[in-house]
Amino acid sequence: MATTAIPVPDGTIIVGKPKWRPLESEGNLAMLLLLPTVALLGMFIAYPFVRGILLAVTNSKVGQIGDFVGFENFARLLKDPIFHAVVYNTFLYTFVTTIFKLILGLWLALLLNRDFKFKAFTRAFILLPFIVPTVLACFAWKWMFDPTFAVLNWMLFKLGIVAAGAGVNWLGDGDMAMLSIMIVNIWRGVPFFAISLMAGLQTISPDLGEAAAIDGAKPWQRFWYITWPLLMPVTMVVVLFSVIQTFSDFQIVYVMTGGGPANATHLFATYAYQLGVGTGLLSQGAAVSLAMFPLLFGIVIFQLMYIRRVETR
Amino acid sequence: MIEGSIWRRWVFFRLPMGIFLIFLLFPFYWMIITTFRPDGELYIPWYRATYKPFWTWNPTTAHLKYLFGETTFAIWMWNTTFIAVVSTAISLFCGVLAGYALSRLTFKGAALLGTTIFVTYLVPQTLLFIPLSEIIRAYSLGDTPWSLILSYPTFLIPFCTWLMMGYFKSVPKELEECARIDGAARWQAMLYIIIPVAVPGILSAMIFAFTLSWNEFIYALVFLSSPEQKTVPVGVISELVRGDVFFWGPLMAGALFGSIPVAIAYSFFVEQYVSGVTGSVKG
Repeated sequence: MATTAIPVPDGTIIVGKPKWRPLESEGNLAMLLLLPTVALLGMFIAYPFVRGILLAVTNSKVGQIGDFVGFENFARLLKDPIFHAVVYNTFLYTFVTTIFKLILGLWLALLLNRDFKFKAFTRAFILLPFIVPTVLACFAWKWMFDPTFAVLNWMLFKLGIVAAGAGVNWLGDGDMAMLSIMIVNIWRGVPFFAISLMAGLQTISPDLGEAAAIDGAKPWQRFWYITWPLLMPVTMVVVLFSVIQTFSDFQIVYVMTGGGPANATHLFATYAYQLGVGTGLLSQGAAVSLAMFPLLFGIVIFQLMYIRRVETR
Repeated sequence: MIEGSIWRRWVFFRLPMGIFLIFLLFPFYWMIITTFRPDGELYIPWYRATYKPFWTWNPTTAHLKYLFGETTFAIWMWNTTFIAVVSTAISLFCGVLAGYALSRLTFKGAALLGTTIFVTYLVPQTLLFIPLSEIIRAYSLGDTPWSLILSYPTFLIPFCTWLMMGYFKSVPKELEECARIDGAARWQAMLYIIIPVAVPGILSAMIFAFTLSWNEFIYALVFLSSPEQKTVPVGVISELVRGDVFFWGPLMAGALFGSIPVAIAYSFFVEQYVSGVTGSVKG
């Protein structure tokens, strides 16, 4: 387009050179629009990531730039019994809670997908555990878990499970503390699973189920052969997202147990915090954080491949 | 539709639903009741006959008075609001523009950049907080709200971008073409035609971003140190817990009031949340 012809109301035609409009090029406009995002993400994600790797291969402490030590920090972790416990705890925590969140979330989604009174109201309330600040909700749980004054032991007492004065020491015993933080994680995650899966259920046409019912399929057959396969893409995204969040969880453990008793509930993030911020051993803390990376990276790759496969199908 | 006899309705619907509701909502009830229960009733062991967990006949506002009078809770509320609003605004600005570019413009490297932004969405804060705290210190941003205002967009922008991409894709291309034929420049078509159509999407992105930054904890814990700079979650944990002593009354009052803003934001937009999740899961 060398020139533009602009018709004006009185019928004459003005012929002139086109204005210089660099933003008409899609590439230029895209570059301009993406500039703020790329700048911010580069400065506060990519750069810290590189710095994290550099920290992990030195022996820096707070206020003291360290020397290059190669993989010494990682080698130390391999021999550190607390780190072994951290790896075990994190995998156990992620695995157990994800299974329960999926089962309970799917069950709740199926319940919510029916028509009943106060449906919108119920949905709004059910989301509360997921949306309120985790730290604040954890305080409510910590207070409920209180061994002397709180309601959970009272309930067990009234049900005749524990005797007066001999309540469960929820957060004071290693195994019970692990169970307690798992309960809180499941409590926080179920609403997310339920609402997301319910949204997925709503995209499935009820005609399919009805057609199968006419053909004589029982309810569980309808669920297993129709609903579940059609829900699979949503389920995968929700599960993978939840696994990433749970694997890198910090807040619940930090508030409920601080990693104790005797390091029984430390996860990667809380141990990294204790080393890096609590003790000031920046390099070792950064190394613990980075130890999460291979698994997270694997999950992300898997997720990307899965989404691509679903999209091109 | 709930069909079948009454016992089926109870076994398959009402009973499980009731148990779910109690499990999910009881901690909030416990928060509220503790907030208004006097200390004398709070610290009765559970095996005493006088232990009444579910109700109090002597409600008190002592814990609220302590929270708002003796601590800087009101300042934490203001800090949290300020940080959440500014970082949400920055993230929406970046996310809407980036989402538009990635979903509606064709250019070299679009797919790669889209994937990269999606991947940064999945980077948890706990992976980067140690090096980031060093960088914040190097820029002398430590202990200022700007340390959080600038770092929160790292997890808000990818999220907003992702959500907006899904939304922009659903706007028909013809709408833009009409504007272009009428002589609008590309950026004008974007600003005056496409973005106004996408306002519902922007609104849900805004609610999510606001909540995410209101709830953020680890960056605030590591970057802030003086009591008058803190956000609600960090302030509550560091100022209302002294060593091993938990001030449960004020703590629960703080938890309650710190949760109310996000609860209100969501109660208005829960349907948008459902459609937002559907959109982002599908998109």
